[in-house]
Amino acid sequence: MTEPNSGPDSTGALPDQRRPAPAEAAPGVVERGSFGAHGSGDTSGFGGLVRRPWAAPSAQRPYGQPFDDVADALEAVYPAFGDAVTKVVVDRGELTFHVQPDHLVELCRTLRDDPALRFELLSSVSGVDYLGTPDRLHSVYHLTSMTYRRRIRLEVSTSVEDPRIPSVTGVYPTADWQEREAYDMFGIVYDGHPALTRILMPDDWEGHPQRKDYPLGGVPVEYKGATIPPPDERRSYS
Amino acid sequence: MSTSTDDAFTAGATSRETTEGRVYTVTGGDFGEGLAGGDPIEGERIVLNMGPQHPSTHGVLRLVLELEGETVIQTRLVIGYLHTGIEKNVEYRNWTQGTTFVTRMDYLAPLFHEAAYCMATEKLLGITVPDRATMLRVLTMEICRVSSHWVWFATGGMELGALTAMTNGFRAREWCLDVLELITGLRMNHAYIRPGGVAQDLPPGAMEELRSWLDKTRREIDDMERLLTGLPIWQARLKDVGHLDVPGCVALGVTGPLLRAAGLPWDLRKVEPYCGYETYDFEVPTADTGDSWARYLVRVAEVRESLKIVAQVLDRLEPGPIMVTDRKIAWPAQLALGPDGLGNSLDHVKKIMGQSMESLIHHFKLVTEGFRVPPGQVYVPVESPRGELGYHVVSDGGTRPFRVHAREPSFVNLQAVPALTEGGLIADVVTSVASVDPLMGGVDR
Repeated sequence: MTEPNSGPDSTGALPDQRRPAPAEAAPGVVERGSFGAHGSGDTSGFGGLVRRPWAAPSAQRPYGQPFDDVADALEAVYPAFGDAVTKVVVDRGELTFHVQPDHLVELCRTLRDDPALRFELLSSVSGVDYLGTPDRLHSVYHLTSMTYRRRIRLEVSTSVEDPRIPSVTGVYPTADWQEREAYDMFGIVYDGHPALTRILMPDDWEGHPQRKDYPLGGVPVEYKGATIPPPDERRSYS
Repeated sequence: MSTSTDDAFTAGATSRETTEGRVYTVTGGDFGEGLAGGDPIEGERIVLNMGPQHPSTHGVLRLVLELEGETVIQTRLVIGYLHTGIEKNVEYRNWTQGTTFVTRMDYLAPLFHEAAYCMATEKLLGITVPDRATMLRVLTMEICRVSSHWVWFATGGMELGALTAMTNGFRAREWCLDVLELITGLRMNHAYIRPGGVAQDLPPGAMEELRSWLDKTRREIDDMERLLTGLPIWQARLKDVGHLDVPGCVALGVTGPLLRAAGLPWDLRKVEPYCGYETYDFEVPTADTGDSWARYLVRVAEVRESLKIVAQVLDRLEPGPIMVTDRKIAWPAQLALGPDGLGNSLDHVKKIMGQSMESLIHHFKLVTEGFRVPPGQVYVPVESPRGELGYHVVSDGGTRPFRVHAREPSFVNLQAVPALTEGGLIADVVTSVASVDPLMGGVDR
């Protein structure tokens, strides 16, 4: 699906109207057509579809409450806010700060300790692999303020070649296992983690299974004479 | 005129000659030295491997304990024995099929995984589900919470030697599974909650069954409390064991009954209501001692609160749709119980096979290809029996999830085990691990 369509509709194809072409590197890959059909095989009319990668647009003030309060309080106590936060996204009622790795730990400490912010609980750390973008490995932090009952998300990105992100275990001890899981599954190296070892996969496992270029695996299954390929080799619609 | 002997059998013993022959005085070996201050086993540390198939580890959990005598000096946990790659697998299935995978993570509370995953999908889609579907979700989730707590009483009791708690607990849990089977069609791994609503409506006679289940379970939880709460052994095993206070819980990310047992009434059903929980009348049980005993009391009280919610749902349920009306998302067939078990309704099959080719195409496309979900990411937390269960779901606009991450409360809470056990006795390790209620299917995913 990822290679360009060589068929007659590969030029001048109408872009998917639902998505504007992104001005920056974005998750996803350019996909053309449907059913993986190339050349003249597809007579459905879907061969002309082009789905572009998509990135959430940067949000402008006002973000809406309570996100404006969070951003105001953070800007007031964290002077380097402009350098630390490269992009703010408000989507589906959730606030995301895209953070520079160098500022992550200090920002978390401020978010945790400042009386106007008080994000005491780090709910979740998870990795996401946006294959095809420059800094494709993302580490996503979901912070919860139990005092104000707010949630925000921090997102840090890094490249596969130098997948280093500072560890927040010093600020949030609960990040310990969650960072180990992200290391195990995505190969994100959390600098300063007390014992960054594999946690779910065996210690001698090679590769990081949840990266998008790591195959799912599986064997073909024969049933009544027909062979069904493993799930990651089946016909894909997206 | 006593002398020491060199014989190995009588080493350390003194002896003296008497007219009856030689008499040995055997004393307590090196106890004297120990009493005098020099503990002979001080610094002698034993590393004990508990699990991964120890019956008291709640599944395939391995504990590496460093012991000094019977005192635990250090606890390290090894997990991953049940890792099945569910998160990765979901990326290769369409959004509706994802339900059947996530339900297999926490096999004691599958409906919470289904609900959180589906709520995340719905948030990405920007749809709201019908009232009746939401109520059925609340109904099944609360039955599931009761069922999960029954298993905790059962296995926790068994681990501490209270076998009646086990037999009674599993019997009561079986009643929960019976009503869940009646509603969803399956005892476990229901795949009942689907993006857009639920799979099927209540079958005939379900209300009566549920009411009789409520009565039975109310009596059973009273019996369980009469059985255990006053039991001196049960109290002695639980009280002051595995202490964790509120700051410790928050730092370690521990939520659910453990946090409430430490004194913080943090229940997402109250603080961030979803599925209309703000309209139900229930309390958030708390305790203030933060030990295993408090966790037991909180869980008993939570069962009663869940039963209250179930009763309210039964009073409120009104006929209505159980799936969104958008035919691009809702599967086109109402499931109906046919002579061959579950299946599509015969009317629907007649229509797509005999009358409307477009309906057939639509049915085929929706089931094989699935629907597309607009790109973006969301995080949706729900209060599972073990704490905050959050789903971080990313869509790239396709028919399959781009990334699904479950923030599993068992996984996060298990990090507290060293804090609960280090410095205590090895016998209390079992109590502490049991009081966390980790579910290894959820931990390893």
